[in-house]
Amino acid sequence: MSEPQIKKVCVIGAGTMGAGIAAQIANAGVPVLLLDIVRDPADRNALAAGAVAKMLKTEPAPFMSARAAKLVEVGNIEDDLAKVAACDWVVEAIIERLDLKQDLYARLEAVRKPGTAVSSNTSTIPLAQLTDGRSPAFKQDFLITHFFNPPRYMRLIEIVSGPDSDAATVARVRAFVDRQLGKSVVDAEDSPGFIANRIGTFWLQAAINAAFDQGVSVEEADEIGGKPMGVPSTGIFGLVDLVGVDLMPHLQSSLTSTLPKDDPYQAIARSEPLLEKLIADGYTGRKGKGGFYRINRENGGKVKEVIDLATGDFSPVKGSRLVSGAAAKGNLGALIAEPGKVGAYAWAVLGPTLAYAAMIVPEATATVLGVDDAMKLGYNWKAGPFEMIDAIGAANLRARMEAEGMAVPPILQLVGDKTFYRIEGGKRQFFGLDGEYHDVVRADGVLLLEDIKLASEPVMKNGSAALWDVGEGILALEFTGKMNALDGEVMKLITKAIPLVQEKYKGLVIYNEGANFSAGANLGLALFALNIAAWSEIEKLVRGGQDAYKALKYAPFPVVSAPFGLALGGGCEICLASDAVQAHAETYVGLVECGVGIIPGWGGCSEMIDRWRSNPAMPKGPMPAVSKVFEIVSTATVAKSAANAQELGFFRATDRVTMNRDRLLFDARARALEMADGYTPPEKPEFRLPGASGYAALQLAVDSFRKQGKATAHDVVVAGELARVLTGGDADLTDIVTEADMLRLEREGFMRLVRNPASQDRVEHMLETGKPLRN
Amino acid sequence: MSEAVIVGFARSPFHPAMRGALAKARPDDLAASTIRGLIERTGVDAADIEDIVMGCAFPEGEQGFNIARLTGLLADLPLSVGGITMNRFCGSSMSAVHYAAGQIAIGAGEVFICAGVEAMSRVPMTGFNPMPNPALAAKSAAYLGMGDTAENVAKKYSLSREAQDAFALASQHKAGAAVAAGKFTDEIVPYGGVATDGTPRPDTTAEGLAGLKPAFDQAGSVTAGTASPLTDGAAAVLVTSAEYAKAHKLPVLAKVKAVAISGCAPEIMGIGPVEATRKALARAGLTIDQIDIVELNEAFASQALACIADLGIAAEKINLDGGAIAIGHPLGATGARIVGKAASLLKREGKRYALATQCIGGGQGIATILEAAE
Repeated sequence: MSEPQIKKVCVIGAGTMGAGIAAQIANAGVPVLLLDIVRDPADRNALAAGAVAKMLKTEPAPFMSARAAKLVEVGNIEDDLAKVAACDWVVEAIIERLDLKQDLYARLEAVRKPGTAVSSNTSTIPLAQLTDGRSPAFKQDFLITHFFNPPRYMRLIEIVSGPDSDAATVARVRAFVDRQLGKSVVDAEDSPGFIANRIGTFWLQAAINAAFDQGVSVEEADEIGGKPMGVPSTGIFGLVDLVGVDLMPHLQSSLTSTLPKDDPYQAIARSEPLLEKLIADGYTGRKGKGGFYRINRENGGKVKEVIDLATGDFSPVKGSRLVSGAAAKGNLGALIAEPGKVGAYAWAVLGPTLAYAAMIVPEATATVLGVDDAMKLGYNWKAGPFEMIDAIGAANLRARMEAEGMAVPPILQLVGDKTFYRIEGGKRQFFGLDGEYHDVVRADGVLLLEDIKLASEPVMKNGSAALWDVGEGILALEFTGKMNALDGEVMKLITKAIPLVQEKYKGLVIYNEGANFSAGANLGLALFALNIAAWSEIEKLVRGGQDAYKALKYAPFPVVSAPFGLALGGGCEICLASDAVQAHAETYVGLVECGVGIIPGWGGCSEMIDRWRSNPAMPKGPMPAVSKVFEIVSTATVAKSAANAQELGFFRATDRVTMNRDRLLFDARARALEMADGYTPPEKPEFRLPGASGYAALQLAVDSFRKQGKATAHDVVVAGELARVLTGGDADLTDIVTEADMLRLEREGFMRLVRNPASQDRVEHMLETGKPLRN
Repeated sequence: MSEAVIVGFARSPFHPAMRGALAKARPDDLAASTIRGLIERTGVDAADIEDIVMGCAFPEGEQGFNIARLTGLLADLPLSVGGITMNRFCGSSMSAVHYAAGQIAIGAGEVFICAGVEAMSRVPMTGFNPMPNPALAAKSAAYLGMGDTAENVAKKYSLSREAQDAFALASQHKAGAAVAAGKFTDEIVPYGGVATDGTPRPDTTAEGLAGLKPAFDQAGSVTAGTASPLTDGAAAVLVTSAEYAKAHKLPVLAKVKAVAISGCAPEIMGIGPVEATRKALARAGLTIDQIDIVELNEAFASQALACIADLGIAAEKINLDGGAIAIGHPLGATGARIVGKAASLLKREGKRYALATQCIGGGQGIATILEAAE
């Protein structure tokens, strides 16, 4: 396997895509040169510099840290193109005009060093046309790397290599985008629209057409075409609003001009007068005045309105609740069989879309896997088209298609009564065009619990957690409750795991493959206990968590947490209790307890003080670490990336980041193994804390926030309890405060707060609305 | 008894903390550069200097270790020159002048550098380890935030938002005019290539000020525009005995006529100048109407307005080149700046009496009355 040798990158074109790609390269810690044309002779780098400045203000943020932004050097192609000689990869992301791209490549050929990869982010122009007229050496190093918007957050990248592309160059770029940019590569053929956008555009067109033709309203289309199909809740029209209504005609004209005349898309591509009117009136979607939906702020109000497809008039959204039962829960067979509007619309969307997806294998990509991965990673579909076909049943689908006179794609004929995926010998296999099943092979360094589960049984499990042998002597602890919430069962399994690992294994990894690592303690359970005033049960839960986490911390083997997505509250505290963290770059970690009227109760307070007081940038004395932790925790600060989590002290400087989600478990396991030899548990920390004086100082700060309107009445109470813990309670400056003392203070403060009705209101409100109550 | 006279004034450029050009300047370096400039400009023989008296409100971190002594060493002054750090918060370096005058009066030296410094970018207001006495915090407003005291004064004196905004606007415009006329050039000792203040906002408008949200109390009237900004800066005045100045032909800017300190309620510390000024006037045998030039520190527009009203000061006498709202308020340095400024203005404007006065956190006022040299 070739090691990534890309140390510096040049991105040309500072539009949304180019700038976003540059940001992600910087996020990987790699210096990047961002160039655009000179528009203003007086300010020659204005376009690239402006793009960076804009990104620093954009939410969701393209940059993972302020440090990353500093790795972007801006310039222009008139003055700075020669700097390409120092780059190992050039990404072209200029506008989609063949002549301009070809001109640029000619100029690049003169300045790049031999072997420097050049790739285009084109979404429409065939590779063969792009490299027309270039030298054989240039063609060798050329490929298409098609990112999705926004490049930081969308995991898909389609790579297209040409007949002349050098395998080593392609492998080098592939390894870089995979390991360092964290993208999941799907190999695409040099065919129009590649994979995801070709299917995605067809799908949106079919869904829009059907809505107009069948008299299905925007809200109904988004309900039926959203969650029940495993599509993000934006559904159809909501997605068009999100990506831009004005993008639709572009996608359409690009595909109709490049696809063969007999491609099924040509038959459904059509222009709706209403869409044209929306665009003409500035209703270009969320970036404009609105689109199919808009926010009406007339008379100082804020009313979400939706358009009537027949009349073009807006009226307040009513909400659509047409789908129920199995059809609402993701049973696609049930959905398309629903009587009336629901089934008719679902079929009108799914039938042609699945047929189209099946038809473009192998023209657009070699296997069904490529199609499914592209749609899951590029459009955030829960299941890919072939997984959907399996869910419906290939034979059922084919029967219905035949009955309705639709053309049945060859691969659907070939699969017969079988499925596109199966499990054989503990391995996932896919159906090939040769009529045989083939193992789904993971790339080197990819280890998934999903695969391990197919081949083995858990070592141990209960209702909320499971232990898996992930190989090489490492066990993984998986949270299995709803939203990976933490409860007493998780703590019990941790307690049982420790002697087991000690006896038979080398280390423990805390890992799972849910949507998020863990959103924290199970609030629903907590509220139930609160409602029946089961105080001793609650205290037992707090103490149980503290004991379990400390047992992990002082266990005679390394514990590595591998968080990703949200890691909040107790999900953050288990990371704090671990010997090391191997975090996915997109980890949003925080101690958010104050938002629900409580304080961290599983050791988060003392762990954070321990982190901050050992930060060399902190001034000496008892207060600085306390003040810093107080600021972070009392405001329920959540890190916006793993890099930001390091800045906030949730992760150590020595903790590591994995860019590619699929590589997280492998990296965490490797980290645990690295630490296992000669492992010694950490020493118990002792603290000198400011006691009542520090408490008085924090109280003064809270009073100011209250006056400024930044803190509510109950914030003052919660912050007071937090201050009490962080300052060491009644400790004097000369006293030694032990970790056990800190845990006792945490418990006491926690228990006082849970008995407070205002805190209980916060918990209840969070459970009901998902939002914090500002009481 | 010997009379103390002011024979020189210099200051560093003043820049807003954190975002200004001096954010990376160490306070000891900044103070040393300013003192060096003062000595060079006045031509005083450094070997004659008895002591550096350095005001600093938060003398810790880079401002710790008796910064006065370290500054003397950094400025390559003779080893014989002493150094004492003095803390009365915002009144620190005005107290330095008072101390020097007292030392001169009792014959304990003839030449003193009375300086002040605050690098608010580098040592936070409240210091790194604020540890209030809980019992005192419970029974007194000793630790109350300065913005809150400004709100209290605004309420007590019924000072409208509009009046405060107008005062701040005037301060900005006066400072802007002074900058444009080059009136700060002689007093500023450039530091690290920085030769001008970064604090003034001469393009401030009434509309702009009116649009700001209250900074300390959401129901209040004090905004970031009517408060002095957190500032990095240093200032120094050269104080000698009248005999020394005469013997060494140093041009006297003013003589120290009378000084006073007066405590007040911490929660309305902004009115501190009122009683301090009254005491100083009585000691000088003067009335407020006899004062020609007033340097009244503008910690906040509200407290400045309250003091002006209570003392009955004519508006045209106040802060001719703008005040701290525009120029900035590096806590420990401000006293030296306004005493030096008042002395310079007496000379520039050809007037007889000047008053420099300021309020002090925790509830104090300090005042200095200067008289033009004959």
